[in-house]
Amino acid sequence: MGYGADRESGKGGTMANVIDDATIEYVGILAKLELSDEEKEAAKKDMGRMLDYIDQLNELDTSGVEPMSHVLPVRNVFREDVVTNGDGREETLLNAPERKEDMFVVPKTFE
Amino acid sequence: MRSILNCTAVELSEKIKAGEYTAVEAMEAVFERIGEKEQEYHCYITLDRESALNRAKEVQRKIEAKELTGPLAGVPVAVKDNLCTKGVLTSCASKILENFVPAYSATAVEHLEKAGAVMVGKANMDEFAMGSTTETSYYGVTRNPVNPAHVPGGSSGGSAAAVALQECFMALGSDTGGSIRQPASYCGVVGLKPTYGMVSRYGLVSYASSLDQIGPITKNVADAAYLLEAIASYDKKDSTSMPDADRDFTGALVEDVTGMRIGIPRDYFGAGLEKEVETAVLAAAEVLKDAGAVVEEFDLGMAEYAIPAYYTIATAEASSNLERFDGIKYGYRTKGCVGLHNMYKKTRSEGFGEEVKRRIMLGSFVLSSGYYDAYYLKALRTKALIRKAFDEAFSKFDLILGPVAPSTAPKLGESLADPLKMYLGDIYTISVNLAGLPGISVPCGKDGNGLPIGLQLIGDCFAEKKLIRAAYTFEKQTVAKRL
Repeated sequence: MGYGADRESGKGGTMANVIDDATIEYVGILAKLELSDEEKEAAKKDMGRMLDYIDQLNELDTSGVEPMSHVLPVRNVFREDVVTNGDGREETLLNAPERKEDMFVVPKTFE
Repeated sequence: MRSILNCTAVELSEKIKAGEYTAVEAMEAVFERIGEKEQEYHCYITLDRESALNRAKEVQRKIEAKELTGPLAGVPVAVKDNLCTKGVLTSCASKILENFVPAYSATAVEHLEKAGAVMVGKANMDEFAMGSTTETSYYGVTRNPVNPAHVPGGSSGGSAAAVALQECFMALGSDTGGSIRQPASYCGVVGLKPTYGMVSRYGLVSYASSLDQIGPITKNVADAAYLLEAIASYDKKDSTSMPDADRDFTGALVEDVTGMRIGIPRDYFGAGLEKEVETAVLAAAEVLKDAGAVVEEFDLGMAEYAIPAYYTIATAEASSNLERFDGIKYGYRTKGCVGLHNMYKKTRSEGFGEEVKRRIMLGSFVLSSGYYDAYYLKALRTKALIRKAFDEAFSKFDLILGPVAPSTAPKLGESLADPLKMYLGDIYTISVNLAGLPGISVPCGKDGNGLPIGLQLIGDCFAEKKLIRAAYTFEKQTVAKRL
């Protein structure tokens, strides 16, 4: 893998997780954020420090423990595909950053 | 006008129904107070005096016509700005939603309207509820009502400060990792985070969907019970709302804790807890013991793992939930940008604040291929162990008692410089969200500088009634002792 949080042995006070430029670039793409060079440096430090902290979880033996996404037994709720909320077209389009008649205008997607 | 502001929400409604005051007078008194205090404390993002007074007039007419007879009819309420309000700006304290006017209201807000409560305005908060101080709001900080040099806590800081300052009679907040309980504690008011699934989240702008829950911030425990009863419901529009929970909370307003088993986790009284907070919280435990509860220390376990698990799960969910803010259908859009992807990136980079970007980045990382198992799934496994630790505790105890936060409200500007340190302040509140439990914050004293200290009571899932009964008893006992 071309990006990564390289793990160095944790010497007193130094960060164990070192976030490299490629990782920050990649995370920026996933997050759809454009960071300035200054922001990138800050993000590398912040993220490394948080991951060091999160690494505490490795002290826990979680083998055989199922990942718990919900504490209560929730299930998907199905309903008939019937419109119940009426036509909110005008109210919805009022929030459009740019509109043309009854459409949202977006920047050109294809050349 | 002064004495009207001293009423609790329930008292005010009684007096309005008895003809002693009108809903319009109550709203006018609130706006008079806002005129005096708001410039300095800044509890609200959006205020509209005229429409608030018009709604109050309409409610007053319905009260006189006996169409509205409920316990909160006519009461002015503040609504946190991450709850959608039809026709009223809902910004989540973010630039990216600076112009977003929802076409519908959150279910909890609709319930308030049905109950005859009247919205004062939209309360300030940390941007997208990410923060513990209300300093990450794009629209400026809220100040602590007791000492304006300090923060009100967060993320529901505007709601808590507005209640404490009498800029409303009650408020709605939301709690993902302590965002109702901690500001209530810092501002000296009552805050209740319900069991996950007790209140519909429909229309609450999601931060971390598996942890978010809407709840009341009020002047006392009785108001909290009434407000929770008004907003709690099963809702088809929220598939995580629970169909058959007991939602008769006001029935628990009973001054009696005889035989109630209350556990004090030793893990919550270790390093990092301020001495004055510890003393006040342990004194509160004595009050409940004197009132007949059986109080005992125990080891809860897992306390130190709650914060790393939370900041993995919450940021992961946030990175996914906040993808919808892309400048296409609503909200801020950057100007003069060529190409769709550039527009997305520029819009989001300009629209989100620093803390929100920090969490989206971390969340994107822990969900990314190659790290998903090591971070995200590890955190979900940890969550299962945290839940198990609480299950064991609730096999022995009715309630768990501890502090809300390790300290009283910090000074403005001290927290954001070191995010990790700020996150550590969530240590006593966060595990409650991970385990889906209800928790309440009740004022239990003040530190040497007069800043409020909060007592936290935690119950098992759907044990709000025990929580309310103990909190109500504690409040009654302490008020009686002060007299």
